[in-house]
Amino acid sequence: MSQWGSGLLKGLKVTWQNMTRRSSTAQYPDAMPELPPRSRGVIALFEENCTVCMLCARECPAWCIYIDSHKETVPPAEEGGRERSRNVLDRFAIDFSLCMYCSICIDVCPFDALFWTPEFEYAEFDIRDLTHERDRLRDWMWTVPAPPAFDPHADEPKELTAARRAADKAASQAAQEAEAAQRTEGGEA
Amino acid sequence: MADWLEVVLRLLVVMAAFLTLPLLVGQAEHKVMAHMQSRVGPMYAGAFHGWAQLMADGVKFAQKEDVLPDAADRTVYRLAPAVALLPYLVVMVAIPIGPGLVGQDLDLGLFFVLAVMSIGVLGALMGGWASANKFSLIGGLRVAAQLMGYELPFVLAAVSPAMAAATLSLTGIVEAWEPWWLLWQLPGLVVFFVAGLAELQRPPFDMPVADSELVFGPFTEYGGLRFALFILSEYAGIVVLALLTTVLFLGGWQGPFSDQLGWLWTLLKTGAVAFCVIWARVALPRMREDQLQRLAWKALVPIALAQLAITTVGAVIVA
Repeated sequence: MSQWGSGLLKGLKVTWQNMTRRSSTAQYPDAMPELPPRSRGVIALFEENCTVCMLCARECPAWCIYIDSHKETVPPAEEGGRERSRNVLDRFAIDFSLCMYCSICIDVCPFDALFWTPEFEYAEFDIRDLTHERDRLRDWMWTVPAPPAFDPHADEPKELTAARRAADKAASQAAQEAEAAQRTEGGEA
Repeated sequence: MADWLEVVLRLLVVMAAFLTLPLLVGQAEHKVMAHMQSRVGPMYAGAFHGWAQLMADGVKFAQKEDVLPDAADRTVYRLAPAVALLPYLVVMVAIPIGPGLVGQDLDLGLFFVLAVMSIGVLGALMGGWASANKFSLIGGLRVAAQLMGYELPFVLAAVSPAMAAATLSLTGIVEAWEPWWLLWQLPGLVVFFVAGLAELQRPPFDMPVADSELVFGPFTEYGGLRFALFILSEYAGIVVLALLTTVLFLGGWQGPFSDQLGWLWTLLKTGAVAFCVIWARVALPRMREDQLQRLAWKALVPIALAQLAITTVGAVIVA
């Protein structure tokens, strides 16, 4: 059982302290908020990476992604080879009036074609304008910030490890070859 | 001719104070409350830290439709805001802010002030009754219950400095005031301030307008200018309460350089008291109806009576 009235005094103390500190309010239209990368503002499409695998459209819980495509054949790379077929994107649209910003499409994309960007000022007067077509989704790509840096002692990214391993291998191979060449030269002399 | 001019001039000054001080307190409440809650409050109206917010509010209120409920008691309904507001104007005429700086110095100043001030509360009661609305009625009756409970300690506490100064004139009380009265009259000061808050229905004593249960109590049906008058009367009430607390308990214009800067001391002390009114609103939770009554009858009235006894003893010893 605490002292009677201590709660009231505490209230007075807390409000006094709040008053003597600067408030961290940012007046939005005057000061833009600093949003971290991957903030769920709007979805950008890096269409060069898209293979029209349809995973995003199928996983979308709100059914807000529309994709149309057709197949094209590519002539064989070598003489006598087989013709290859390739998917070509015709339409990619996201209806942001349906989207619930769950991020599943971005998580599920195997080819890194979808990205979050923190831009959020895309309100419209007509709900139909909230369906962003391919060009607009591609334009959002310019606003995607670099991903946040890794933690100080985190493992390095897998891409870096793989690249370094390949580089090391090539370097050691080159060194061995150089050594072998020197040995043959020495033998002759 | 000169007398006539002086009367008009004094009344004009009182009127000007009546129109500006409540707005100052209201704006201070906006900003102080915001900063106490880690916000910044109005920032846009008037371009510099929202200084014109209350004027913008006033313009908005003036544009609104004047709604009159079908079942309302029309005359009483229309009269209520004026009854709530005008007494505070009348009270301000009699409160001195400096030596000789008073609308009309009355020998019975304290008596007059207390009598007129309690009329203001009737405005809320009238509004609550005339609105023909259950929330308004309950709110109005709560106002009445609060008035019954807190008028007694309010008056008892106010009598104490008058006894100590052996005069009912507010100017006389300030002139008789000495710094050690701060200690001597401390219980009376606390009772006067708390009971005054309750009379104004300011938080934490805002049970009559408790918005979570009564919408807005007696003012539920009001809108537009009439509503604005009620709100203005609340802030005028704060100004009057702060002025009275200053004059009765804090020595009014007494302080360094009081010959030249007396009125400034009064206003400064008034501002400090008004700040405490706002602070109490931000920091303290609303009291329940039964807690309200218990505080009045079981704590404030006995303390006020004890203060009277202390004052009597002190007055006899000093005299």
